[in-house]
Amino acid sequence: MTTIAELPPGFADKVLSAQSTFRSVMSAMARPGSVQRIVPMAGAPGMMMRGTAAIALTLFDHDTPLWLDARMTESSDMVKWLKFHTGAPVIQDSTIASFALVSDGALLPPLERFALGTSEYPDRSTTVIIQVESLDAGPSYELRGPGIDGVATLQASIKPSELFERLRFNETLFPRGVDVVLVAGDAVVAISRTTRVVNKGS
Amino acid sequence: MNAPAYNFAYLDEQTKRMIRRAILKAIAIPGYQVPFASREMPMPYGWGTGGVQVTAAILGPQDVLKVIDQGSDDTTNAISIRKFFAKTAGVATTTSTEEASVIQTRHRIPEAALHANQVLVYQVPIPEPLRFLEPRETETRRMHALAEYGLMHVKLYEDIARFGHIATAYAYPVKVNARYVMDPSPTPKFDNPKMDNCPALQLFGAGREKRIYAIPPYTQVVSLDFEDHPFEPYRFNAPCALCGAENSYLDEIVTDDKGSRMFVCSDSDFCEGRQAEGHHGALSAAPYKDKAQGEAQGKDNG
Amino acid sequence: MYVAVKGGERAIENAHRLLADARRGDRSVPEVTLDQISEQLGLAVDRVMSEGSLYDRELAALAIKQARGDLIEAIFLVRAFRATLPRFGASEPVDTGAMRVQRRVSSTFKDIPGGQILGPTFDYTHRLLDPALAEGFVPEAPAVAEPSTAPTPRVTDILGRDGLIEPSPQAEAGDSVGDLTREPLNFPADRDLRLQNLARGDEGFLLAMGYSTQRGYGRNHPFAGEIRFGEVEVEFSAEDVGFAVPLGAIELTECQMVNQFKGSATEAPCFTRGYGLAFGQSERKTMSMALVDRALRARELGEEVRAPAQDEEFVMSHSDNVQATGFVEHLKLPHYVDFQSELGLLRKLRQEFAETNAPDALKEAAE
Repeated sequence: MTTIAELPPGFADKVLSAQSTFRSVMSAMARPGSVQRIVPMAGAPGMMMRGTAAIALTLFDHDTPLWLDARMTESSDMVKWLKFHTGAPVIQDSTIASFALVSDGALLPPLERFALGTSEYPDRSTTVIIQVESLDAGPSYELRGPGIDGVATLQASIKPSELFERLRFNETLFPRGVDVVLVAGDAVVAISRTTRVVNKGS
Repeated sequence: MNAPAYNFAYLDEQTKRMIRRAILKAIAIPGYQVPFASREMPMPYGWGTGGVQVTAAILGPQDVLKVIDQGSDDTTNAISIRKFFAKTAGVATTTSTEEASVIQTRHRIPEAALHANQVLVYQVPIPEPLRFLEPRETETRRMHALAEYGLMHVKLYEDIARFGHIATAYAYPVKVNARYVMDPSPTPKFDNPKMDNCPALQLFGAGREKRIYAIPPYTQVVSLDFEDHPFEPYRFNAPCALCGAENSYLDEIVTDDKGSRMFVCSDSDFCEGRQAEGHHGALSAAPYKDKAQGEAQGKDNG
Repeated sequence: MYVAVKGGERAIENAHRLLADARRGDRSVPEVTLDQISEQLGLAVDRVMSEGSLYDRELAALAIKQARGDLIEAIFLVRAFRATLPRFGASEPVDTGAMRVQRRVSSTFKDIPGGQILGPTFDYTHRLLDPALAEGFVPEAPAVAEPSTAPTPRVTDILGRDGLIEPSPQAEAGDSVGDLTREPLNFPADRDLRLQNLARGDEGFLLAMGYSTQRGYGRNHPFAGEIRFGEVEVEFSAEDVGFAVPLGAIELTECQMVNQFKGSATEAPCFTRGYGLAFGQSERKTMSMALVDRALRARELGEEVRAPAQDEEFVMSHSDNVQATGFVEHLKLPHYVDFQSELGLLRKLRQEFAETNAPDALKEAAE
């Protein structure tokens, strides 16, 4: 058993680190496909990446039910760290989650199992945070949609490999849908529900 | 007595998190009004509490803040809000549109083209574009859900039948990303085209009505109109009396009680910039340099 | 030559200095103290605490002084301060049945266990201005008696024992307490949020709405089952302590209206409830609140919603005086640019009108 004192620390400066991290995430969401960096350092437990930890410290709290993939749920240190630093209730039922943390894309459940919002309140939907291998190398993807000046190109190594095909369900669901945040180390890319992705394959 | 101690940018961290989450959803669903638990602010509802909360949630020490009201940095409420953030967040402030990273505005979009590293925060009194046609939130929410905007078109069409024109001069409704009809806040319709495909992120905060909405950069924003009655931005047909600009939105200044008036830029930074570059209007006072010195005391350097 | 108006910042500073000067008034008159406000303008303090949603007599008195006696401004000051306070949780429900009653009247029964207690009230004063109060008045000491130990059960509980009034709804264990200052309000709203909204609502607004129900706009045949004012204990259950910790005592006014009965083929008819609660002695407020609460229950009681007081979206959206005053008063902010846009449109329409309606002779001459 790890005691709380042995857990990795949160932000050194809660206020300014959260602000800086938020601006990176906001820029990412406003400009889908663009790679944003998260600067502030915080400890990250186990398989959690630095960027993921910073986002958790910035956006999670008592009011945000949190769903974790199986690998994360098994890590008691990680669950303890999240509970201690954010207070977010960890839940089993992904359909009511504000946020979902996916440490391994292979464990991503069908996206329909997350909260998709309602036609009246499409904002009541899950933001799915997926840790990926790389956001600067790998296959190329062409992205279009609000936030993108024409076409954006993202090079990324992502699991599941058919993630963007699966995200096409956002097209028919809109304005309902899920928004995705990809994290690799301190790099962040957002794919909002309005982003349309074409795999260039090379 | 409980002497209050205030956080960076006034809002507590829990409130900022709540607002930040709302902002992210607002960006993800362009033009959709996200409900948020607006806080009671130390300034009155209707005086920019929504914009102030959005600005407080995004602002950091590296930001340079510009605040305008009616296009001008020197209107009393703009000064008051700028001082609030200079005091509570210690951020640098500016009157220059170009230099600002965050611009909070009431009723105008700056004349200078915005760039990709900027965020424009609008103060919004009534975020619901359908509110004046249907006062019930339960009804308007349903209309947005179904994208059922017939009522708005009927209203605009009735205007044409009665007046020969669409009789909406400000807060002119737009459609964002071909889905949500959105209120651009009470900006003159002259400013509507600036919202379309804008490189900057546009955020809207309505404090009293507890709504946040957004237009991501490079997003299509179309002013509602009809084929045979296309949208027309309005501008008084005269050059600015101070800087001679022919493409800026103008304030009308009544100069006596015999019908005399003059027209000057509402965007004071734009107008001063042009005068500094040597542009002159018919009524410009002393050369700009002298004037600038005379004003130095009244200027706010943050 | 024209130079745009500048120097707004100095104007604001000067306005603040003028305000401070006007607030102090004639320096030869002694300055009012917070104790004086709290002790001698106690009902103003009660109102500011209630609608400001913060039980703190000293801060409310300060707010009244700072606001120059403008109570809505004082409420605003208290609210803005309250918004910055950390939340530790919700207290246990207070037990108004165990209230140390200073005043208690019922209009439904001549005598009730524990008795009717008039207490400090304007009710039977003759409203004649009293010159003796102008200066140096020393009131007679009030009559005193041994504090009664007799229990003072609530009239609605007495009715409830016989099933004559609907049971007070019990919260499910583990139900969270709604808080419209922490979560965005959506309609339809549950009664907890409605009551919170009314408790913070403007006394004048609620008075007018309550009055309108009496005049037939959503009539609900009310009887003042009981109005009681006195002190109750507040307790807080901290998760890690495991039991309720007393926090202290506060003064409350509670009004329970007994209203028109309901009933159906399957349910025996019984009276229905309307509830009002406020900090301090706030009778007009709690009575109005109870009337409006009952009117707002129209939907759940299967009544047709026809009157403004029954319309929760209308009532809840307009009851808050801090919101209302802000938006009404924001009209004094500059609206130059939108007005200018409106002016341009109007001029254009008038010009077209003049052209269309010009006498034919003029038109011909023009051609």
